[in-house]
Amino acid sequence: MIPPPPLAASHSRRATPQAAKTARTTVTTLLEVRQVRKHFPGVQALQDVSLTVHVGEVLAVVGENGAGKSTLMKIMAGVQRPDAGEIVLDGQSVRFAGVGDALRQGISLIHQELNLAENLSVAANLFLGRETTWCGPLRFLSNRAMAREARVLMDRVGLDCTPDTLVEDLPPGQRQLVEIAHSLSLKARLLIMDEPTSSLTQTETDRLFQVIAALKSAGVAVVYISHRLAEVKEISDRAVVLRDGRNAGELAKEEIAHDRLVRLMVGRELQQLFQKQHKPGAAAGKPRLEVRELRYAYGAASGTSAPLSLTLKAGEVVGMAGLVGAGRTELAEALFGIRRVTSGDVLVDGRPLTIRHPRQAIAAGLLLVPEDRRHQGLVLEESILHNIGLANLDRLSFLRLVASRRETALAQEMCQRLNVRTPGLNQTVGLLSGGNQQKVVLGKWLARRPQVLIFDEPTRGIDVGAKSEIYQLIDQMAGEGVAILMISSDLEEILGMSDRVLVMHQGRVAGELSHAELTEEAIMHLATGGRAAS
Amino acid sequence: MSRLLGILLMVLLLYGALLASNFEDAGSIENHRNIARRTGYFGILTLGVGLLIISGGIDLSIGSVVGLSAISFGLLLEKRMSPVLAIVLVLSGTVLIGLFHGLLVTKLRLQPFIVTLCGLFIYRGLAQLAPILNFQALWANLAGFSWDQNILQGSSRDVGIGGRPDLADLRYLASGEVSGVPMILILMIGVATVATVLLHLSVYGRYLYAIGYNEQAARYAGIATDQYKILAYVWCSLMAGVGGVLLLLDLETAQPTAAGGLYELYAITGAVLGGCSLRGGQGMVAGIILGTSVLPLLRNLCIFAGIPSDLEYTVIGLALLLGTVADELLKRRAAARG
Repeated sequence: MIPPPPLAASHSRRATPQAAKTARTTVTTLLEVRQVRKHFPGVQALQDVSLTVHVGEVLAVVGENGAGKSTLMKIMAGVQRPDAGEIVLDGQSVRFAGVGDALRQGISLIHQELNLAENLSVAANLFLGRETTWCGPLRFLSNRAMAREARVLMDRVGLDCTPDTLVEDLPPGQRQLVEIAHSLSLKARLLIMDEPTSSLTQTETDRLFQVIAALKSAGVAVVYISHRLAEVKEISDRAVVLRDGRNAGELAKEEIAHDRLVRLMVGRELQQLFQKQHKPGAAAGKPRLEVRELRYAYGAASGTSAPLSLTLKAGEVVGMAGLVGAGRTELAEALFGIRRVTSGDVLVDGRPLTIRHPRQAIAAGLLLVPEDRRHQGLVLEESILHNIGLANLDRLSFLRLVASRRETALAQEMCQRLNVRTPGLNQTVGLLSGGNQQKVVLGKWLARRPQVLIFDEPTRGIDVGAKSEIYQLIDQMAGEGVAILMISSDLEEILGMSDRVLVMHQGRVAGELSHAELTEEAIMHLATGGRAAS
Repeated sequence: MSRLLGILLMVLLLYGALLASNFEDAGSIENHRNIARRTGYFGILTLGVGLLIISGGIDLSIGSVVGLSAISFGLLLEKRMSPVLAIVLVLSGTVLIGLFHGLLVTKLRLQPFIVTLCGLFIYRGLAQLAPILNFQALWANLAGFSWDQNILQGSSRDVGIGGRPDLADLRYLASGEVSGVPMILILMIGVATVATVLLHLSVYGRYLYAIGYNEQAARYAGIATDQYKILAYVWCSLMAGVGGVLLLLDLETAQPTAAGGLYELYAITGAVLGGCSLRGGQGMVAGIILGTSVLPLLRNLCIFAGIPSDLEYTVIGLALLLGTVADELLKRRAAARG
């Protein structure tokens, strides 16, 4: 196979002479996926997908949710078996009997949710199931020997804690490194990482990238799945784009650019996604939500937040950006009565509010579309009808008896208005797609004529079609005079939807950006504590 | 729904086996009445714990609450208290017990299993203590901040209500019949009607199911989850209290150490056989009643088949295990097909 020129170019740019030498000679193919198909009940997850991974390269696999990335990775790592197609490793067709089989052949998958025993130490995790022992069949643990070996592995990934540190005491970024060290100890030649940076801070992400670069120069191949296109551009040598379970295209290093990736992923231009109709300048009326010097339970056991103030006006969409852990969800929880408020005032339409439980917030028209749809937003085992009913039964009952006909009518109306695609109102919510689930969550609240609507990650895990519908709905609600606070980690969404943006950093509002000032860089600058935005 | 059919099938099978057996008395009216009586009595307890299990809770103290309320009801009657007032007092006491459980579970976030396990011991202990407690001496001691051995008088004894003709009407509730149908079965049907309205027609039931499935989502939907959970504990203890009162009225006598013993396990078994999942969120009134009737049928069958009563517990345990395994296997087959 002839190596594509961009790959060679990228390799020759590498600082280490060893890697440069490899590049000059040949590019060795490590693993090849040929025409793989996978079908799940109701979905064709993969349709004739092919992919090649070379020794010592970082290959990014990008695509929208539901594009088939995770399924492809699982097939490569032996978690699932393809319905058709083959996997070629070192030039030979292989069939993995399971994860263990793939591991033995040097392929290691690092899941989004890490597979670590958090109550055990780093060393214990690294050697779990293959502990070094002595005294024959009595299998006493040789803790010191394991700690020594662990130290070596940990140094390779730049983990500087001691081997007997408990995993639960490590921040998320370092836990990731433990997983990588574990893979290395298994002599992994191909590391597959599924959204490795989704819960990492900027510093942790930088550290991870250094580790990836070091692995690369040691000849390990890395397949990197991410939604964060900036990262893809930064670290990958090549990018493969999937769309609806098919190959949508492949970009060489210097071709990787934000808009090109998006075009391949979405199959259309991004502008179509955000169509703002409402005019905040004109409509921005009276203050709908005023928060004054609010303090709430935050951080350590009995800690409280710094005082926080903000105002939302009728008819505006205020974006709230910040890194994971900046305290945005906590603020939403405090406003909605989930988190204990210790002092300060919250006013809705000028009326002061005492919020100790969500029902007080709901009564005042302050509603939350929570971050964790599956656990906080919905009762997955129940029907659409009952989920929408649940939040409205106080008004759909007579003498505490459920007025079923009115309940059905309401659910029907909401499903039509929100275009929920379902065989019927009795469909179990857990069986709906992410987008339709989120519409049901919205349906619960729309019936209550919201004054203030807080969205926490409104489109996380939702396909593009449903995304654009939800954006339209947010826009429409703003047009009707609802004040909207949109918490999001998706910068495109923040930029596309917000009239102005509040940026949080370490539990405080670090700054506000008007529509004119909105840029990705300005947001990241504030979100990272004002230090130089990289 | 398919689960409900499964339970119905199980009940019909047992009943068919009973009728098909060549024991002369098995098909007799008297035998039917026996089964109905037991189903009626345990139905009340099972409906109590069933609603609680649906909301995701559990109550292990039912048997002890039955014992304590039977004993205290008897003691109040011994003191010549008006029976109606005594019932009101006893049932109020059980409401307080339920409230206590509910508050510990919701406000202190204790595990229901632990809270009610402690209750199992505490109320049984109190039931044993009550008959030998001298209240006058106790008050005197409390008032004088002193300790006096006289607080306990005599040795452990049973409590009885024999020889009170004014109780005849009340006793009719527990052991009477209306044109051949045991009164207690009618009472249970009354309780089941209330439970059906609560669970299947009212807002309360909707909230209990939601809490049982996903308490967090229920809270995010603005439901005062704590209140409804407490309500479920109160309902369960109240039904146990009703069970205690009926036990004494029916038997005329109650033994502090034994009255209501193991009843919590009968009730929980009935609820689980009837389709309630201990994870919460699942179960129906019809299923609970069918599930309740399994144990009396099984017991009856054992008696007629000459299986020694020493094996009764083993048979109950095996029946529950079999039901659970069958349910799991059917679920898997359905999932594999789906």
